[in-house]
Amino acid sequence: MGAFLDFSNVSFAYHTKAGETPALNNVSFQVEEGEFVSVVGPSGCGKSTILSLIAGLLVPEEGSISINGENTGIGYMLQKDHLFEWRSVYKNCILGLEIRKQKTEENLMRVENMLIQYGLMPFRNARPSELSGGLRQRAALIRTLALNPQMLLLDEPFSALDYQTRLAVGSDICEIIRNEHKTALMVTHDLSEAITLGSRILVLSKRPTRIIYDARIQFPEGLSALQKRNTKEFQDYFQTVWEVLNNGKA
Amino acid sequence: MAKHKDTCSNQERYIRKQKKDRRMINFWRVAGVIFLLGIWELAGRMGWLDTFIFSGPVKIVQCFCRMLRSQDLLRHTWITLKETLISFLLMIGIGTAFAMLLWRFERLAKICEPYFVVLNSLPKSALAPLLLVWLGANMRTIIVSGISIGVFGVILNLHTGFLKVDPEQIKLIETLGGGRRAVLSKVVLPSTLPILISVMKVNIGLSLVGVVIGEFFAASEGLGYLIIYGSQVFKLDMVVMSIALLCILTILFYQAIQLLEKSILNRFTL
Repeated sequence: MGAFLDFSNVSFAYHTKAGETPALNNVSFQVEEGEFVSVVGPSGCGKSTILSLIAGLLVPEEGSISINGENTGIGYMLQKDHLFEWRSVYKNCILGLEIRKQKTEENLMRVENMLIQYGLMPFRNARPSELSGGLRQRAALIRTLALNPQMLLLDEPFSALDYQTRLAVGSDICEIIRNEHKTALMVTHDLSEAITLGSRILVLSKRPTRIIYDARIQFPEGLSALQKRNTKEFQDYFQTVWEVLNNGKA
Repeated sequence: MAKHKDTCSNQERYIRKQKKDRRMINFWRVAGVIFLLGIWELAGRMGWLDTFIFSGPVKIVQCFCRMLRSQDLLRHTWITLKETLISFLLMIGIGTAFAMLLWRFERLAKICEPYFVVLNSLPKSALAPLLLVWLGANMRTIIVSGISIGVFGVILNLHTGFLKVDPEQIKLIETLGGGRRAVLSKVVLPSTLPILISVMKVNIGLSLVGVVIGEFFAASEGLGYLIIYGSQVFKLDMVVMSIALLCILTILFYQAIQLLEKSILNRFTL
């Protein structure tokens, strides 16, 4: 059996009246089950395009994308939590189940359990505006996990938070994703975040985008995301990725 | 502690000032009307104004009491109220349905837009004689007149509102597996509810205008009919009284929508 996600020779361009903007040019990579892959690259290099292509919101012009596994549902977390103020926290969490008409007892029970497990039960009937930034992200994650996807796509999910909250929420959310045994692909422009949260890092070049660096990230066991920032490994990874990004090649 | 006391009294002073301001504004609102009515009545009694043409507050009240006793006034007011509410609900319903259709089918929207813009700017009173010929002198004509006056504005405003919905929110629904229908029901309609309410606020008054225009042409009852009838037989008391009743109806409609707004928009405060 091949990789969990096979992104193979994919090319994609945006078309407007002003002309064609090539976004991806023959990009290939694979993701194994259970991996947490961070994707970094210059602004506008097509990082989010990759996620949209995997999620099926865009269709590749060339190449193919295949996902293996029994349950190949894909969950997507956007930059902002987009919790709807006209729905309670619980109703926001079951939005996907409502849309897909999957409000089965089992699925609803899973949402209830996640609300309990991740500390949102006291806010079950609250409006999203009553939640802190961190709790909002948790609610958004539960909304994504409610559909029980095997793979999560995270599009700069912490960029709307202030720096302090971001550090805490980032490691918190990644912990939850690992707890739930999900495969994840996270786009970010924050190198430190990419290194401390991911188990592998992909560095993209400027447009038309290619993959210029692909490496596994390993830290001593049991370190939190914040503790990882003080290690020698972190400095080395950071230095390497920084140079790759600056030089445009490995 | 002393500082805290100071803050309290400053706060109390601030609240007292706010209350005083509000009382003052209300006082001058009422006083202005009483003053103008007083001048009007005085001008009539002193012979500065011809009360046959300009009527007067006391004569209007007398006319009101007379017509109220004969129950005619309640009937006419009820007819206008009923026609306005029917026109208004149909206008909002038809307008929302069309706006949804235009949102759903972008090409249709592009084709129809110039026509709606022209129809929206057309003076709808110009349509009333046509409606009279096409539909006859009955309530149907009046209701269509009430609908036509605002429906194109409703369509254009709501459609614009629908298009302004955050594309990221739409993307969220798509990532959760929803199609256009889910986007409409889960995001577009709920998030444009505040726009719908403000459209309703404007158009409840417009419906009344359309109904009165329709009544001018096609009615044998209603406040619009009373205005036309009164002016033809030079019963100016009746005309002005009907206009005053229209003002009161407008205020009541507006207040009703404001109540609706408060109860709904409380859920939307971010």
